[in-house]
Amino acid sequence: MRQNHQLALVETNGGGASSAMRDEIAAIFEQVLGRPVSLSDDTNIVEDLGMDSLGVMNFVMGIEDFYDLSIPLDRVAQIQTVADLMRAVEDLKSGKAV
Amino acid sequence: MTILAKHAAYRHAYDALLAHGVDPLNVKFDAVLSPTEGVLNGQTTILLGTNNYLGLTFDHDCIEKAVEATRSQGTGTTGSRVANGTYGGHAQLEAEIADFYGRKQAMVFSTGYQANLGVLSSLVGRGDHLMLDADSHASIYDGSRLGMAEVIRFRHNNPDDLYKRLRRLEGMPGDRLIVVEGIYSMLGDTAPLKEFAHVKRETGAYLLVDEAHSLGVLGETGRGLAEQAGVEEDVDFIVGTFSKSLGSVGGFCVSDNPDFDLLKIVCRPYMFTASLPPGVIASTIQALRTLRAEPRLRHDLMRNATRLYDGLGAMGFQTGPEANPIVAVTMPNQEMAAVFWKMLLESGLYINLAIPPATPTNASLLRLSVSAAHSVQQIDRALEIFADVGRKLGFLSSDRRRAAGAV
Repeated sequence: MRQNHQLALVETNGGGASSAMRDEIAAIFEQVLGRPVSLSDDTNIVEDLGMDSLGVMNFVMGIEDFYDLSIPLDRVAQIQTVADLMRAVEDLKSGKAV
Repeated sequence: MTILAKHAAYRHAYDALLAHGVDPLNVKFDAVLSPTEGVLNGQTTILLGTNNYLGLTFDHDCIEKAVEATRSQGTGTTGSRVANGTYGGHAQLEAEIADFYGRKQAMVFSTGYQANLGVLSSLVGRGDHLMLDADSHASIYDGSRLGMAEVIRFRHNNPDDLYKRLRRLEGMPGDRLIVVEGIYSMLGDTAPLKEFAHVKRETGAYLLVDEAHSLGVLGETGRGLAEQAGVEEDVDFIVGTFSKSLGSVGGFCVSDNPDFDLLKIVCRPYMFTASLPPGVIASTIQALRTLRAEPRLRHDLMRNATRLYDGLGAMGFQTGPEANPIVAVTMPNQEMAAVFWKMLLESGLYINLAIPPATPTNASLLRLSVSAAHSVQQIDRALEIFADVGRKLGFLSSDRRRAAGAV
């Protein structure tokens, strides 16, 4: 489990893969919010983007559709920043137990 | 700042309602006169928001049975069935509710909320997968958190989305439990249960249906949506409540599962709370017998529901997708919803104000629930009040005003 977390962190800290994922996530945000957003790893999804609970749900479902995975609710509750989200997606994509 | 300061956002939202002179959380009735009438601030008021679907709260036989049981067995059980024992009435009610559904087993809980907490937290555990409709009732969400199963939410009333999510779990160990509701409590829409049953069969999942708002309302004999949709054999567990169509309080679960009796050993919301008092049990048994004996109640209920739904639609109000005893009118915003609700109340009509986060899609709703006990005159009076308030608030378009005036 730890190895995968470290791998995800390395990627989000500057790898091309993470920047591509951040762009994909930004596009999904824009669809849900109806306006352009600028994201960094530290962007807080609720506080910085002004998402309400319904917005978060729609956004999470958009992410799930795009990456063809389901993020369990307890995992959703742990996600605060864009980096947290990218880590969750990476973990789930790699089939790692959450 | 106190320990409750973390809820400041709710305080602000509540204060905003109070600023309109609206306090939907503290409506105090001077008296309740019947299933359809109460007194509020000295004014006789039509009750059109109390989920009293069959109007049995004042049924003569139910009251007599409750009084009789209270006189002979006392006011309460003072503890759980595990500690203080099962009374004859508990066993009788379980036998009759199982018989009603044609199931081998039934289990009674002290509230419908606890039925969901208990059943959901016991059926699935660590390593299992609990699939919830996104618009599920709070008791279902809370039950999902009480257990250790992985909880996955699918789009409301969307069997394709559920199927996609179950397919993603292929090859993973653990049981899958799908949870849907017969009638959803906010908009009054029903689940596409045939399609959900198909997904269940195809994926090998278990299916639980919460018939809280559909017991006594839907189906040829009042068993709910599963009966109406003709898929009772596909439904592994039915959960429901006595607090709506049966006019008392309590919850239940029925099933044919051969290990069902294990629930009474492992289910904490069953074991660690007081059981229902004899009077409640006795009135519930009688209400269930009345429900079975008098299909006319369901017909009256649907007649009233259709009259209300069609009447509001004709005025141009935006209602839910189908005519059911729950009729939701969507308001353009929370402020309009609050003012509208207050004016209805002042005009002698009590309904529910439903605002986010309790509502799906963040809508602000005026939520009405119809009873078989409403007279046609009461439904028409409610429509007149709606038309009057709608006009005063400039809510109805000119064409629609003419239609409303014709009510």
